[in-house]
Order: sequence, then C-alpha cells, then structure tokens
Amino acid sequence: MFRFVLRRLLEMIPVLWVIVTATFFMIRFVPGGPFTAEKAVTPEVLRNLEAHYGLDRPLSRQYLDYLGNLLHGNLGPSFKYANRTVNEIIADKLPVSLELGLLSLAVALSLGLTLGILAAIRRNTGIDYLCSSVSMTGICVPTFVLGPLLVLVFAIHLGWVNASGWYGPADRVLPCLTLGCVYAAYIARLTRGGMLEVLGQDFIRTARAKGASETRVVLRHALRGGLLPVVSFLGPAIAGILTGSFVIETIFQIPGLGREFVNSAFNRDYTLVLGTVILYAALIVVLNLVVDVVQVWLNPKLKFE
Amino acid sequence: MITPQKLPDATVTPAQLEPGHSLWGDAWRRLRQNRLAVAGSALLLVLGLLCAFGPLFSQSYQEQNLELGAVPPSAAHWLGTDTLGRDLFTRILYGGRISIMVGLVATFVALAIGVVYGAVAGFFGGKIDALMMRIVDIMYALPFTIFVILLMVFFGRNIVLLFVAIGAVEWLTMARIVRGQILSIKQMEFIEAARALGFGRRRIIFRHMLPNILGPIIVYTTLTIPAVMLLEAFLSFLGLGVQPPMSSWGVLIKDGAEKMEEFWWLLVFPGTVFSLTLFSLNFLGDGLRDALDVRTAQD
Repeated sequence: MFRFVLRRLLEMIPVLWVIVTATFFMIRFVPGGPFTAEKAVTPEVLRNLEAHYGLDRPLSRQYLDYLGNLLHGNLGPSFKYANRTVNEIIADKLPVSLELGLLSLAVALSLGLTLGILAAIRRNTGIDYLCSSVSMTGICVPTFVLGPLLVLVFAIHLGWVNASGWYGPADRVLPCLTLGCVYAAYIARLTRGGMLEVLGQDFIRTARAKGASETRVVLRHALRGGLLPVVSFLGPAIAGILTGSFVIETIFQIPGLGREFVNSAFNRDYTLVLGTVILYAALIVVLNLVVDVVQVWLNPKLKFE
Repeated sequence: MITPQKLPDATVTPAQLEPGHSLWGDAWRRLRQNRLAVAGSALLLVLGLLCAFGPLFSQSYQEQNLELGAVPPSAAHWLGTDTLGRDLFTRILYGGRISIMVGLVATFVALAIGVVYGAVAGFFGGKIDALMMRIVDIMYALPFTIFVILLMVFFGRNIVLLFVAIGAVEWLTMARIVRGQILSIKQMEFIEAARALGFGRRRIIFRHMLPNILGPIIVYTTLTIPAVMLLEAFLSFLGLGVQPPMSSWGVLIKDGAEKMEEFWWLLVFPGTVFSLTLFSLNFLGDGLRDALDVRTAQD
C-alpha cells in the first residue's frame, strides 16, 4: 500500500505540471490583459505596471520564474488587488469554500445513505418509491433552480433565514442544503443499488441464520460492501461539489474562493486564476487518491496495483 | 450488454421459437410497458414539437412591450411576461430551441470522440489500450468544468466553442463503456470470421463490432443529453453560456433568479420546464437501459 500511495503521488507531479503549463499559456494567448480594464491607462503607466509585475520579460522567462516561485509555494502577487498576494487571497477565501463544501458533503452523505439504506431494506414498498422519487427530483432539479426556489420560499416568503450572506450558523442552512441535495440524490441511488446486490448474497443469509439481528446484518455485514459504489462516486462528487460551489456562492453571495475564481477569470487576473486552478486541481487529485485507498480498504478483492 | 442472438439449433422446438422475438422487438415491448419512460418520451415529443413549431404562431421573442412590463400569468400571456414585457411562454420555447440544440450537438461531439477512442483502445488492446485508458483515468481526475469556464471567459462566448468544450468534457465515460463492450465481444466467433475473411480493421470495428454494442451506446447517449444540458445551463447561469439576444433555459433561469423577489413566475416556469425535460430524459434513459440490458431482462 505504501508503494501504491508513493507511486500515485509521484504520478501527480507530471499531471499538475501539465495543468500549470496548459493554464499558464492558455491565459497568455488570449486577447486582453489585466490592465486593459475600464479606465484606460497611459502607455507610460502601462509600461511601469508591466515592468513591476515582470510582464515585460520574455514569456519563457516568466514561465520559468513562475514555476520557480511555485516550487517555493509562492503564487505571486495579484494583478487586480493591489498589494495583495494570491497566497493571501486564497488563505482568506478558501476556508469559507471548504466549510461550504464539507458541510454540503455531510448533508449529501447523511441524507443519501439514510435514504438509500431505507429504500434497499424496504424494497418495493412505499418508502422505496418515496426514496426513488426524492432522489430523482434531486438529480433533475439543478442547484441553480433549487437554490433560488429555497430562497424564495424560506427567506423571502417565510422569512426564516437570510436570503444571502455568510455570518451566522443560520446562513449555512440553505447553501449547504442546496449543494448537498444533488449529491445526496446520487448517493441514495448508488447505496440502494449496492445494498440490494450485497443483501442477496450468501454471507448475508449465513449471518441471518446465525441469528444476527436485522440491524446488525444491515449495518455491520451489508453496509461495508454496499458502500463500494458510493465510495467510487465520492471522487466525482467532491470535484462536483467544489465546482458547484461557484454557482452556490454566486446565488447566496458567499465570500468564498469559487466566486473569486469566476471573477478573477473575468478580470483576467492571471496569477489569481492560475493559483486557484492549481489549488483546485491539487485538491481533486489528492482527494481522488484518498478515495482510491478507502476503496481498496473496504473491498479486499481489489488490490493496490 | 447485448450478445448476438444464437441461431436456433435442432433441439429447439418450433413452439419455443414462436412468436419470433427479435432483440429490438423485445426491447421495444419492454420499453412500452415502462410507464415513466413512455410518459417521458411523450413529454419530450410535445416539448420538441412546441419548441420547433410553436414560435411560428406567436409573437417574436424579442418583441417588447415596455408599457406592459412584467405581468403575472393571464389569459393573454399564459406564463406572464418579463420586465421588458416579452411573453415568457414564447421565450421559453425559443430558449428551448437553443438548450435542446446544445444538448444534441454537444452530445454528438462527445459520442463521436468517445466511441472512436473507446473502440480503438478496446480493439488494439495491450499497451495501446493501457496507455489510452490511463489518459482517460487521469482526465477523469481533472477539474474540467474549471477549464470550460476558462475557455468560455477567454475565447469569447461563442456557441460553437460551447459545443466543443462541453463535448470535450463529456466523452470520457462513453469511451470507457465502449472499450469495455468491445473487449467483451472481441473474442467472439463472428469477429474471428470477419478477420478470416480478410476484412480490414476499420471495417471490423465499424461494421461488425459497433452495431453489436449499439444498445449500451444508445442508453448512455440518452443519459448524456441531460448532463450536457445541465452543464450548458450551469455555464449560462454564471453568464458564460449563450449570450443575448439569444436565450436558453439557463439564461432564463438566471434572469428569473435575479428578479424572483417581485416576479416569481420568471423563475418558476423556466425552472419547471427545464427540470421536467431532465426528468423525461432520465426516465427515458433508465427505461432504455432496462429494456436493452439483457442482464436485467424479465423474460
């Protein structure tokens, strides 16, 4: 297992390098720069600005400089926020997005697993059909419809919570529910399928024959195998929750990194775009590795290859 | 998975062969018994016809009536009007044209890339396969939505680019499915026969293999369309998709979400139509999977 993790970590290096390089050059080849904004600057000021940020040097030189700084964990200064570095901005905004993401994942897992298990052990009953319709609704009503609808009902009409902002615990409810629901729906479907497959197997009959209580059979014996499809879905789910937060942060006006990323792309804030893309890519690649390890740990039939 | 039907041998009595089920005939029968899938297809058909021909009989989607402004649903405007006095029903039909077109074209791009890639990997096998699928694995792990966002921001929000960008994201699963299917039929006798007849690789892949794995391809294509439409609406919601004066369901939902405090219908109706379409496509896809997947076949 140690070798497996090590090899996967080593594999991450070229992947991240390709991402950094592709994003770096893609950004530079597009029309318009960070200083071609609303108010025109004089050529002299523009030259000074470019010299200040090293944009007047040859592209290859800028690229090597960037890589060098990156290896030291330095993502450079932001082009749009004067006197702020990308590291500072990320340190400022990332915790908000992480909190949103983790809470949403918690919602997704608790809601999805409960629904899925219930549907599987009460197969073809009212509960099963109810769970199926709830999860289908979750899949087909996208976050950008569900979010505003929840705001409309619970914030504007009922006035229970604020429509936007990120101050108290009550402000967490709607965003995390919105983002978590979609993935809860997928998880419920996968759990139901996985549980049904495992519950039909011989070792479950053996466990029942030995007199294990139904709760024990479901939670101890079946759940471990039934969780496998869910775990392999967690990789895409985490990536989806991270990118999904762009929309959620826009709807609920949450000061997180997702909204910052979309704005920075519009503003052509090169360094901030690059920094965020690298961060997201690294997060996703690492989390995928964790998911793979958990998967093998849950299923002894798989091996670390 | 679909396996070619076995030729009847001498031990099969004529009674068993009666009333001549073909694979597709069976599938069609099972699909018709699935009420949700039938309802979904009917709804899709109605929506498709409305979007295609409805606008011919109503006012232009750009026609404004500033004096009227936003009015709630009424007999004159079934779903109300927006703040510029434009009829919402008409705008939903026009938006549907774009949304459906993006869904179909981008799915076709994903289909073309995925099928060719998966077929080549599966057919050649060995090192080529290992390398090609490793690339797919790695790409799976990448935050592609982020790249699509960057592409749309930097290279203008042009609709052709939208097709290509979405198609380029959605082909990975198709490639995996096609590869798996190709691997499973590669060793079968009829492929060997084709080889023995001296057919070229291209002919074997496209004429002999692909028609036999059409079922999974159709099922997955049906399920890719809603995923693509969702991505388009996601981009449009961020202001990165279809641009005015054109409009799509994602754009309408975005506008509606901005104005919902005063004019709820601007959010509720486009959102409902969009969700219903996704429902129908998913039910149809699930129905097709059950109908075509011989492993879960009831009879």
